[in-house]
Parts: sequence; structure tokens; C-alpha cells
Amino acid sequence: MSVLDLARLQFAVTTLFHYIFVPLTIGLSLMVAIMQTQYVRTGDEGYKHMTKFWGKLFLINFAMGVVTGIVQEFQFGMGWSEYSRFVGDIFGAPLAIEALMAFFIESTFIGLWIFGWDKLPKRIHLFSIWMVALATNISSLWILIANSWMQNPVGYEIVNGRAQMIDFGAVVTNPNVFLQFPHVVLSAFATAGFFVMGVSAYRLLRGKDDLERLNFSRSLKFGIVFALLSLPATMWFGHLSGQFLVEKQPMKLAAVEALWESEDPASLSFFQIGDEANRQALINIRIPSLLSFLTYDTFDGLVPGINDLNAYYQKQYAGVYGEDADFVPPMIWMLYWSFRAMVGFGILMSFIALVGVVLWWRKTLSTAGWYLAPLPILIALPYIANSTGWMITELGRQPWIVQGLMRTQDAISPNLTVLEVGLSLVGFTLVYGLLSVANFYLLWKYGSKNRITAEILPMPTPASDNLRLENAY
Amino acid sequence: MIDLNVVWFLLVAVLFTGFFFLEGFDYGVGILLPFVGRDDKERRIVINTIGPHWDGNEVWLLTAGGAIFAAFPNWYATLFSGFYLALFLILVGLIVRGVAFEFRSKDENPLWRKTWDAAIFIGSFLPALLWGVAFANIVRGVPINENMTFTGNLLTLLNPYSLLGGVVTLTLFTLHGALFLSLKTDGVVLERVQKLLKGLWLPLVVVVLLFVGWSFFETDLFEGFNLVQGVGLLGAVVALLGAGWAIFNAKYGRAFIGTGVTIVGTTAFLFGGLFPRVMPSSLGAEFDLTIYNASSSPYTLQVMTVVALIFVPLVLLYQGWTYWVFRKRVTANSHLEY
Ligand code: HDD
Ligand code: HEM
Ligand code: HEM
Repeated sequence: MSVLDLARLQFAVTTLFHYIFVPLTIGLSLMVAIMQTQYVRTGDEGYKHMTKFWGKLFLINFAMGVVTGIVQEFQFGMGWSEYSRFVGDIFGAPLAIEALMAFFIESTFIGLWIFGWDKLPKRIHLFSIWMVALATNISSLWILIANSWMQNPVGYEIVNGRAQMIDFGAVVTNPNVFLQFPHVVLSAFATAGFFVMGVSAYRLLRGKDDLERLNFSRSLKFGIVFALLSLPATMWFGHLSGQFLVEKQPMKLAAVEALWESEDPASLSFFQIGDEANRQALINIRIPSLLSFLTYDTFDGLVPGINDLNAYYQKQYAGVYGEDADFVPPMIWMLYWSFRAMVGFGILMSFIALVGVVLWWRKTLSTAGWYLAPLPILIALPYIANSTGWMITELGRQPWIVQGLMRTQDAISPNLTVLEVGLSLVGFTLVYGLLSVANFYLLWKYGSKNRITAEILPMPTPASDNLRLENAY
Repeated sequence: MIDLNVVWFLLVAVLFTGFFFLEGFDYGVGILLPFVGRDDKERRIVINTIGPHWDGNEVWLLTAGGAIFAAFPNWYATLFSGFYLALFLILVGLIVRGVAFEFRSKDENPLWRKTWDAAIFIGSFLPALLWGVAFANIVRGVPINENMTFTGNLLTLLNPYSLLGGVVTLTLFTLHGALFLSLKTDGVVLERVQKLLKGLWLPLVVVVLLFVGWSFFETDLFEGFNLVQGVGLLGAVVALLGAGWAIFNAKYGRAFIGTGVTIVGTTAFLFGGLFPRVMPSSLGAEFDLTIYNASSSPYTLQVMTVVALIFVPLVLLYQGWTYWVFRKRVTANSHLEY
């Protein structure tokens, strides 16, 4: 493998790994904040148990999100120095703002929340978890402003071969942000919803004790509400993202549809076996006109195909990259199936959440074994949808690292050797692998065994007002 | 007209100073963990002294990284691609350390706890050493060519002078951490910490003096010596001696301030010596990265200045507040379930 391949693989591994933990952090912090608010408002101990139980799982997950994020902050310079030089002016700004506005709040208030249970007045303690929840969203906003710029560069001019920012407002209000941010944050809420549904279902199937059952059926409802409210909106913004693509990144759209030739009206492919080497479909099952409809809201309209787009770009960039530069993303089959997985699971998840509401309506939710039994495994659905979603966004943009401005192959640090990247790739993979084992062990331990009612801790003896260890590490 | 390139150089220096001051003691605490906490309960006490703070402290580093990226992209690119493997090791250290704090107490198996204790130690030791190595290399100069690209390798970075720089930060942070512990613990842990202090101080003085002396020959820090450097160096040395005096007189609060000022002074000395360069090239002064040829456009600097003016004071305010909330000593006199 070349240095470039290794560096790409490393970026993909570390980023996808970071993004395993991110959505749950975003969604669960909000849910825990709501639970605790209920506790503070009503004084109902059940909500306190729930806060502690889900808070514990949240913290285990949070730790992984934090440490994998640190790598992200430095990776651009390490592996992609030419990229960093090219975009630092624009891309560095949101990253620095993210740290200043979000990471400081997150990290400081999470400390207050973990250690403050009996050090802080109730309301200030509640305020800290809300600050954490808020900060995770601010953090997503800024990182997505950065990422959006790579998809749809705005507010810049090229000076001496570097992209220079000329309009910060334009960078922040990039139209891509208004699609990507809601899509990502809402999908994070759905992720937390399914996580909580799965764990609660598992416990309801096994729990005997009444109080325990009460708390988990309440939690299950929290999960269902989260999933049901966020999924349709997630899909709506996803749909809008798709429509945006045809304008700004038509190659990405053609690639996720494996649409080799332009069509008008364009049909939507349901099942395709393609021949990537010769850039054509071998077997293709399609619904006529549907792709045009999804793209333009009417049953006709030209959707450009991969081969035409490639020819078009080859002409446009002939002066820069030579006559036979290629502009087709690699692994079309992966993009095609990723997209189908994400969309399919989105629909499936909405359906599952909807069935939950019906059962809830009929008051049989917490006893419907047939419904509860598969939920723990279905926790995987949003995780797969998230990862495939990022694959689409990032892989579909290739060969560009910044759409239309810089190619990934020109972005890599020129001084890297196969040995260096190989070492770090193996190192990160090993460390991440081991940590995931520990992480899933703990989630399993606390998710499946820890009694939700035993979670209330012995009341502190008022004698000492020292920092108590019981809420701590 | 204020020169924003200078402002951002200052801000990066301040961020690194804050990082070394704050995370310095929590690296120190992590390094001392196996030595001052002998059983599980004692170790939890030690860890809990930094429990609420370590993540917030680490964000100083992340912000410094982000600030360099935004204000001096070429510095960010050259530094982190050049110091690739060293940074990789630091990152691995920070990863296992951060997870260890959170995971350690969540299972009672002694092997589990020992493993995470080791992770905390290694994850504190490695960065404490490597940041010193990295900074010594920066001031000493590394091979950077006309494309602002680092042309050396890992061995270039492992020269004796820089390794000594690593020993300096390692010892300094350890003493700083020990003093932090002496303010935040009591009982046996406190006694053990106090015994260590003198044993740490003396070697620190030796390595610091060696490092300063060697810098005279190995770097150009003393050429065109400026005021900031002078005050930094003088402050660092006086504070270090003062810390010694305070330690021998059992005035640990003052000693902690002493090591703190030593850290601030040393950072000021190094950054002052670099200015206006950010990474001198050993291949020739014409290849130096400076605050001008490495920087973003004036417009980006303006935007970022406004952002920093609003948010840096806010951060200081609420981080300061958490230290106030958790100002009491951590003792064994508490429930230890979970
Ligand atoms: C949509 C959300 C999202 C995305 C796409 C990313 N992150 Fe992230 N990141 C978060 C959302 C998030 C978060 C939810 O805010 C985390 C997860 C756990 C946490 O503490 O904060 C976080 C943590 C986190 C941290 C640790 C902060 C701390 O110590 O508290 C850093 C340095 C980064 N991220 C940096 C990045 C970079 C450079 C990314 C680009 C490749 C990136 N993240 C993608
Ligand atoms: C919000 C921040 C970002 C997220 C969540 C993200 C996510 C991802 C994901 C999931 C992949 C895997 C796709 C694949 O390779 O198959 C990927 C690949 C990649 N991304 Fe991004 N990315 C982000 C920002 C960036 C930035 C800032 C860069 C610039 C250096 C970048 C450059 C790359 C590269 C080089 C790959 C390798 C994949 C390839 O070339 O096929 N990404 N990213
Ligand atoms: C009908 C359903 C959906 C549609 C039409 C849809 C559409 C899209 C599109 C077009 C993109 C690429 C955006 C771009 O590159 O600019 C995308 C990305 C993404 N999707 Fe979906 N999506 C759907 C459901 C979901 C679900 C259910 C989840 C997760 C629970 C999800 C998670 C993501 C993520 C994390 C990304 C990457 C971030 C981004 O670029 O927005 N999506 N989606």
C-alpha cells in the first residue's frame, strides 16, 4: 500500500471510530438532562435513579468520545499537512472556535456534574448537565461548519495557492450547514433513542422487581419518543441533502445511485450489480422516474450520470491535472449499498418506533415480549446508518478533499513514510481495538446488570464536607 | 495599529503556558500515582484530586492546537507532520490516560484496576517527557526545507539536548504534581508526598541549570536576549529557588506557586527566545517559519481575535470557579462504594 492509501485508511479508521461514540454523547446528554430536570422539578426519585443509571452509561461512552477526539484535532497536521496549509485560514477557525466555545464548556461542566452531586446546589448541578448537552451541540455545529466547507466551499478566494477567508459570515451560514447539522444532530438523537430502547427492553424482559420495571418502562418511552420525533426529521433533512447534492456535488449523487449514464427522467435503482472496471451496470432493477422525482419534486428532470460528469470534469480540469485525471469516486458499490443501508434503516427504525407508540397506546408496551426481544440487537441500526452516512459524505467526495479545489492525493504530508504511517495505523487500531473491548464490557456490565434502583447512593454523612469519592472515580 | 500576528503568537504562548501549568500538575499526579497510593483506596484519593479537572486542563492543549491551526496553519502543518511519531506517542498516552480515569473504578477486579493504574502512569509519563523533547527541538531548530517541510526523522528529534529538555519537563511536572497533592490530600498519602518533595526538588534544580547552560551553546536563545526572556528566566530561577525554600519550611501553598511560576517563566523564556519565529530551521535562517510567513490572512486573524476576546475570559471565569467548588482536600473519610 502507498503512503496515501495508508493515510486514508488511518483517517477513515480513526474518524469512524470517533463517530461511534459521538452520536450517543450528543443524544444521551440531552436525554439525561431531561430526566434530571424531571427529578428536580417533581422530586420523583424514579427520575433520579434513571438519571444515575443512564448517566453512568453516558460517562463510559463519553470518555471514549473525548479521547478519540483528541486524535482528530491533530490528525490534519500530522497526515494532511498540505491540506492544512491550503485551508488553515478557513478550516482552522471553526476548529479553534469549537475548542473555545464547546470543548471547554463540555469538559469543565462534565467534571462539575460527575463530582458535584453533593457539592453543588441541586439546580446548579442540573445546570451543569444542561451545559454539557448544549456544548455537545455547539461542538457538532462548528465541526460541521468546517466539514461543510469541504463539501461546498464558500466565502473564500484563492491567493498564492491558498484558500483565504474573505467572508466569515458566509462560511458560517454555508447552506450545506443547514442541511448537515440538523441531519447529524437529529440522527444522534435517534441513536440515543434506539440505545435506550434496546437496553430498557433487555432489562424489562429480565427484570422482576416492580420498581425496576417501572423505571425501565419509563426509560423505554423516553427512547421511543426520542426516536419517533427525530427520525422523520432526520430523513427529511437527508432528502434535502440529496437535492442539494445534485447542485453542488452531482458526482456524489450519481455515485450513491450508481447512475452510470445520465437519465431524463431518471429511474431509481433498487438492486444493482455493477461492473466498476467498465463503468456500467450489469443487473439493475429500477423504478422509472423516481430519482428525478426525489431530486426535483417532479417526475422528470435530468440527473447527470457518472460517465458524463467524469468527461465534463476531465475537460474542465485538463489544464490543471492533465487530460486523463479521473474524477470518479472509488468503490461505487460501497457508496451504493451504504446509501441503501442508511435510508433503509431510517425507514425501518421509524417503523419500529411507530409500533412502539401503538403498543404504548394500548398499554401493552412493557409486556410485549415479541416487540422487546429484538430491540437490543437493533441498537446496531443507527450505528450502521451513522457510519454509512459518513462514508457517503466523505468517500463520495473523492477524489476531492475540498470539492473542486484540492484533491486528496495532493493533500497528504509530503514527508511521511510508509513506516511512520504504518506504525501509527497499527498502533491506533490496536489501542482502539483494546479500548473498545473494555468499553463494551463496561457498557454490558452496567447496562445489563446494574440495578437501576440500587443506584441511589447511601446518603452522605453531613459530618465531612470533603469531596466524596462515591460519585467520583 | 496592533500587529495581530504578534497578538496570536502571544495567545498561543499563553495557551501553552496555561496548558503546562494546569496539565503539568495533573501529569505529575498521574506519574506519582503508583508511588504515593499503595492500596486501592489511596489511589482513588489521588486520582480524585484531579478528577474534576484533568479534562478541562487538557482542552488547553486542544485549544492551543486549534489556535495554531487557525492563526498559523503552516506552523501547524510543519510541526505536527514533522513530529509525527512523537505526537503519535503523546496521543496514545493521552488516549489511554483519559479512558483510564473513567474506567478504572467501574470494575473491582484487581487486575483491571492495576491495568488502568499503569495506563494512567504511562499516559502521564510519556507526554510529560515528550512535550519537553518537542519544545527543546523547536528552540534548537529542526531541518525544514524551502517548502516548509520537515526533512528529518525520529532520530533527528532524539538528540541529547532535547532529551534533557524532556527530563526537565518530566521532573518539573512531577514536583508540581506532588505539590498539588500536598494541598489536596491528607493522612498517609500526604505524608508520603511530603517525603518525596525534597528528593524531587534537588534533581530538578540540577537539570534546570544544566538545561539553561546547555541552551547557551546549543541554541540561539541567548542571542539578542530580550526583556520577556530575561524576566522569564529570572522569574523561573528565583521561583524555583523559592519553591525549595518553601518546601524545606513546609509552606506547600507557596511552593506550588513557586513551581507554577517556574513553568510560566520557562515557557516565557522559550517563546520569548523564539519570537518572531515559530520554528527555526536548522538548514538556514531563510527557511525559518515566522509569525508572518506561517500565518493566516489578516482577515482570519481579525475574526479569531474577536472570538478569543469574548471566549477566553469566559473560560477563565468558569474554570476558575470549578477550582473554587472543589477546593477542599480529598480524604479517605468518605464513602467508597462504586
Ligand atoms: C457531529 C458531531 C461531531 C463530529 C462530526 C466530530 N466530532 Fe469530535 N466530538 C463531538 C462531536 C463531533 C462531541 C459530541 O462534542 C464529542 C464527543 C465526546 C465529547 O466529549 O465531545 C467530541 C469530542 C472531540 C474532542 C475532545 C474534546 C474534549 O476533550 O472534551 C476533540 C478534540 C474533537 N472531538 C475533535 C473533532 C475533529 C477534529 C473532528 C473532525 C474530523 C471531529 N471531532 C468530528
Ligand atoms: C466533521 C469532520 C469529518 C468527519 C466526521 C469525517 C468523516 C470521514 C469518514 C467517515 C471517512 C471514511 C470514508 C472512507 O474513506 O471510506 C472519511 C474519510 C476521509 N476524510 Fe473525512 N471527515 C471529516 C473531516 C475531514 C477533514 C477535515 C479532512 C481533511 C483532512 C478529511 C479527509 C478525509 C480523508 C483523506 C479520508 C480518507 C478516505 C478516502 O480518501 O477514501 N475529512 N472522513
Ligand atoms: C430517508 C432517509 C435518509 C436520507 C435520504 C439521507 C440522506 C443523506 C445524504 C444525501 C447524505 C450525504 C450528505 C452530503 O454528503 O452532503 C447523508 C449523510 C449522513 N446521514 Fe443520512 N439520510 C437518511 C437517513 C439517515 C439516518 C436514519 C441516519 C442515522 C441515524 C443518517 C445519518 C447520516 C450521517 C451521520 C451522515 C453524514 C453526515 C452528513 O453529511 O450529513 N441518515 N444522509
